[in-house]
Amino acid sequence: MYAQKATIQNEAGFHIRPAQLFSEKAVQFQSTILLKPEGTTTTADAKSILNLMTLGLEKGAVVLIEADGPDEQEAVAQLAALIESGFGEA
Amino acid sequence: MSVTQAEKQFNGLGVSEGIRIGKAFVYQPLKLEAIEESKNDDAEHELKRLELAKEQCLAELGALVEKTSDSLGEEKAAILKGQISFLNDPSFYPPMRKLVEGEGWTAETAAKRTVAQVAGLFEAMANEYMRERAADIRDVGARLISHIVEHQGARLEDIREQVIIVADDLTPSDTVQLDKQYVLGFVTSMGGKTSHTAILANSLGIAAVLGAGEAVDDIPHGAELVIDGTTGRCVLHPNASTKAEFEGRSLAENEEQERLRSLADLPAVTLDGVTVELAANIGTPQEAAGLLAKGAEAVGLYRTEFLFMGTGAMPSEEEQYRAYREAAAAMQGHAVVIRTLDIGGDKELPYLDLPKEMNPFLGYRAIRLCLDRRELLLTQLRAMIRAGAHGTVKIMFPMISGMEEWRAAKELYEEARTQLAAEGAEIPAFMEVGVMIEVPSAALLADRLAREVDFFSIGTNDLVQYTVAVDRMNEKVAYLYDYFHPAVIGLIKTVIDAAARHGKWTGMCGSMAGDPSAAPLLLGLGLNEWSMASGSLHRVKAAVRGLNQTQCKAFAAKLLELDTAAEIRQALANFQQS
Repeated sequence: MYAQKATIQNEAGFHIRPAQLFSEKAVQFQSTILLKPEGTTTTADAKSILNLMTLGLEKGAVVLIEADGPDEQEAVAQLAALIESGFGEA
Repeated sequence: MSVTQAEKQFNGLGVSEGIRIGKAFVYQPLKLEAIEESKNDDAEHELKRLELAKEQCLAELGALVEKTSDSLGEEKAAILKGQISFLNDPSFYPPMRKLVEGEGWTAETAAKRTVAQVAGLFEAMANEYMRERAADIRDVGARLISHIVEHQGARLEDIREQVIIVADDLTPSDTVQLDKQYVLGFVTSMGGKTSHTAILANSLGIAAVLGAGEAVDDIPHGAELVIDGTTGRCVLHPNASTKAEFEGRSLAENEEQERLRSLADLPAVTLDGVTVELAANIGTPQEAAGLLAKGAEAVGLYRTEFLFMGTGAMPSEEEQYRAYREAAAAMQGHAVVIRTLDIGGDKELPYLDLPKEMNPFLGYRAIRLCLDRRELLLTQLRAMIRAGAHGTVKIMFPMISGMEEWRAAKELYEEARTQLAAEGAEIPAFMEVGVMIEVPSAALLADRLAREVDFFSIGTNDLVQYTVAVDRMNEKVAYLYDYFHPAVIGLIKTVIDAAARHGKWTGMCGSMAGDPSAAPLLLGLGLNEWSMASGSLHRVKAAVRGLNQTQCKAFAAKLLELDTAAEIRQALANFQQS
């Protein structure tokens, strides 16, 4: 298992488009990938856009990306980078 | 070649003129709540039904995305792409399979339950935008279940040729999906002269016959139909001679239009030299473009609701600003009266997630809702004020019932100005801010309101409904719905007189202003600005140009003495100037 933290950068938070981009990236990996918002007990399946959206993550929220599987390191690194990039939004 | 079908005539209310001949497009959407829950006796079979429906949905959406990006734009395509990702989502489809396998539900029950559960999650969220996504979940759910139960209904988004749309009723969210270039006309079993469909048809120049009742149920999809939006007469399977008759009348109608069009460049001035301002009602900024050429001197009512209905989420200040600016610029310095959001009643916004009410027209709507959701109104006011720098924008608040609401709304307007000034935004030094008079209490307080507002605009549609206590959607009491009711005429006089005493102007933006038979009365009462569907401008102008205001004033005084709407109508019909 491999994990890393990331901070939501874009103004509107994890709305449809970021959730879509994130889940599309996540399904490219074989590993099971979970997203855990810091300070909560909730967990979301990173491959589920619906799960991701219902987390209601806003700008500044810190999440732990946790992957388990053959490509876990690569998955976590790429997904963290995607969040930190602000999904190409302001 | 099929057997020739016998002709069948039926009638409805003609609410938007035009004679049209075309193929019927029968629209019968599936309603989620109509799905009855039941258990299965063959889980394997149910899983296959579910799987097949999902595959069909995905194929259909994929094809639709391609078409949509070409014809309706990327934004609508994005909504459809969202639906695809929901269908492929591990928390959407797999739970449905579990409900079928684990709990023994049928495919449609499993889908309905999952959709309700997921939509519920979104509805419980703190963020308003996220709560609004519940409607997207329900849309994709309805699409999936339509395939499971093999619901045969055609969808509005599939229309690719010119058709006459046949439905029970059309909601604003239905009409948003319409590609207007394909719509020849509307025929519905429900609805009346002031329903959303009637207003939309009028503003877009689409012929419409509404409230045609059960006869509508017998119209087969694809059948030939002729409709007359003036008389309300419709013929299903018209024979050759009926078609020839309608074609002939359509030709005559076009010639009359042509004659009236020649009035476009002439002023709306009475025989004794009094000029009134003729204005048009619009729902989108694009409609403002051709108005000056049609003889409108202003926009007397810009309904902003369509801007809020066209998307899955609240339009931003920037989007609103661009729309308002476009309308202001198109009118080249002529006034544009923009009404703040008038939602609630029969106009719903899925993303506002408003609870169902017993009496929506007496409930949480228009200014009441906007004063409660201050941010929404503040954003809209900021966009309007900024647009004011590009033309003559006037701001109007709907459904004002008394001084408190007016003052609260005005205060918010001042706050928006202060904010914008502090930000260094370009704003006009002065803007007129007024109220719509559609609640009897406001009409009765007109003298006090007139001290503080810059103008009134009388919305006769709601004013009649509230004054006579008649539901305008209910066909059984439609006979009471009459703007010539003496009490309504009395209120109109009160409002116009009050404004005049304080040096303010009064407009009218309801159906009455566009009725040429009402012109002698309205001119006699001293109405300053008349705002109507642009299709009525020529006829009203022709009427005004044939009248003498001095004589109309004396005539109006006599009308005010009459006891019933029928007497007033009769007197207007017999009115002869010396």
